[in-house]
Amino acid sequence: MSTIRYTKDHEYIAVDGDIGTVGISDHAQHALGDVVFVELPAIGKKLAAGGEAAVVESVKAASEVYAPVAGEVVEVNAALEDTPATVNEDPLGAGWFMKIRIADKGALDGLMDEAAYKEFLKTLD
Amino acid sequence: MLNNQGRSTQPAEAHGAARETFTGNRALDIEESLIFDQNRFDTTGVDVDEPAPFSDRLGGMSRASELELPGLSEPEMVRHYVRLSRKNYSIDTGMFPLGSCTMKHNPRLNEKMARLPGFGDVHPLQPQSTVQGALMLMQELSRWLIELTNMSAVALSPKAGAHGELAGMMAIKAAIASRGEDQTRKTVLVPDSAHGTNPATAALIGFDVQSVPAGEDGLVHPAAVKEKLGPHVAAIMLTNPNTCGLFEREIVEIAAAVHEAGGYFYCDGANFNAIVGIARPGDLGVDAMHINLHKTFSTPHGGGGPGSGPVVLSERLAAFAPLPFLAKDGEGLKLVEERDGNQAFGRMTAFQGQMGMYVRALSYILSHGSDGLRQASQDAVLNANYVRACLSDIFSQPFGDRACMHEVLFDETWLKGTHVSTLDFAKALIDEGFHPMTVYFPLVVKGAMLIEPTESESRASLDLFVMAMRDLAFRALRGDEERFAKAPRFSPRARLDETRAARNPVLKWKKREAWAEAAE
Repeated sequence: MSTIRYTKDHEYIAVDGDIGTVGISDHAQHALGDVVFVELPAIGKKLAAGGEAAVVESVKAASEVYAPVAGEVVEVNAALEDTPATVNEDPLGAGWFMKIRIADKGALDGLMDEAAYKEFLKTLD
Repeated sequence: MLNNQGRSTQPAEAHGAARETFTGNRALDIEESLIFDQNRFDTTGVDVDEPAPFSDRLGGMSRASELELPGLSEPEMVRHYVRLSRKNYSIDTGMFPLGSCTMKHNPRLNEKMARLPGFGDVHPLQPQSTVQGALMLMQELSRWLIELTNMSAVALSPKAGAHGELAGMMAIKAAIASRGEDQTRKTVLVPDSAHGTNPATAALIGFDVQSVPAGEDGLVHPAAVKEKLGPHVAAIMLTNPNTCGLFEREIVEIAAAVHEAGGYFYCDGANFNAIVGIARPGDLGVDAMHINLHKTFSTPHGGGGPGSGPVVLSERLAAFAPLPFLAKDGEGLKLVEERDGNQAFGRMTAFQGQMGMYVRALSYILSHGSDGLRQASQDAVLNANYVRACLSDIFSQPFGDRACMHEVLFDETWLKGTHVSTLDFAKALIDEGFHPMTVYFPLVVKGAMLIEPTESESRASLDLFVMAMRDLAFRALRGDEERFAKAPRFSPRARLDETRAARNPVLKWKKREAWAEAAE
């Protein structure tokens, strides 16, 4: 059973054991518009919390995707490089970006759960 | 499949209106195909004699297949390019609310001066004794740029704004190295409203980039900068006026804080055209700033180039300016091309830079004079504020209703509740005969519409633009979605599918059959 946490920059991390699956939220994909390009990190790269993990480019803008917590990249969703539209179609499912081995699971407490993120989104408009 | 703009990504439906005439032409608007699709490859428009029998020396490497160049006659080729040129929208056709970033009026006098044989026909490899007039012109332009910015030195050679930016940052890097701090000062601060080239330039030459958030008012505040300063900071890169069209009021305090921490202050001079003759970057504490000659001094741009981006340097950086630079040589001038004895960090270009642009820029400067240059800045700011005042009762401004510099920024808050986005609005403006304004930049503002009318537009021209904007706005608010969803309706092509173009770019011409397969 995985738990999901969100950042204020609209990344999510779905946690299963000490592995976290990172992607961008449904709100983020909607705000970006049609995603046309995704750049993923190298496997084995060590990410600092809040450090640049990936790049996502839409017809409107190119944006960084930041690591929600520190960890090491263990797997990336290479399919996104050919079909970036998956990020729009299924951001929380097939549109995931990378899996990281979480350095310190305690750091997850600093992120928002689903309910808190929904409240946070209401404050944005 | 529908994309986020609610349009089909399938080619047949995305391609525009059905043919209404046999030829596909609309009266004198000729439907023009690619030149490669126009003619046979086995014909030629040129009558060339068959060569006498010969044996090649290609050792069996000679081409086996046809070259596949279209065989057009001279009139066919002339027509092709004239027809294409008629589809252009240019500054000579109508107003560009994208302003100087993309295109502003290029005075014809500049062109006349650049074609004088003494400037137009010189070659960079000529002996310097034969181009003393050209060197004097470079010296005179340098004098003006230094005077207008109150800086110590200028490097003319960089060939575009971003290239000038790179030269300025390399001078900063060289200055830091000369202090023995190149291993410790490795961070460059960049506000999050900066031009994308700023962090790119810093990263390109090995600096780490750290972003500085802007305040609620769209400005960078000294406290936010001071928090990030330290012995690791090499420089800050700030655009002033900034990309939101606002003057960074705390710039003097920010510069002092950066200097106190041992760093340098790079100012992105892209928007210098708003303050020429009014504020001098040297007085504001700037150490280096590039000047886009096309933005501020009316040289051609946007395909008409070439670009030219001289960079001015403060006394602290002057010694590190790149080669070549001008120096006195007896009674005349010479370009110093070698490093012997000086601290130049290297060179940015093979030769001396874009001579033709120097002539145009100086022509603009001399024909305006110092009072005229100041007035051009004032008129640019006045025109932007006129547009702001005429639209601010409908269009929402992200940082409140207050005076802007040479460009006015709106966001899409006012469109909330309609089914019209910033993109739809911009596309509808095309139907009204205007080039759209800058959209979705700066990124810090949601659905940004950035309008720069420039100093060259008359009151009548601004009024027409404003009335077209207001009419479209009323239609959007009334729910006239038809007008926007399919816009532009009257252009040679209906709305293009930007998503599909970005996801599946077709960059190379292929024969029709092969192309059709690739698109599937």
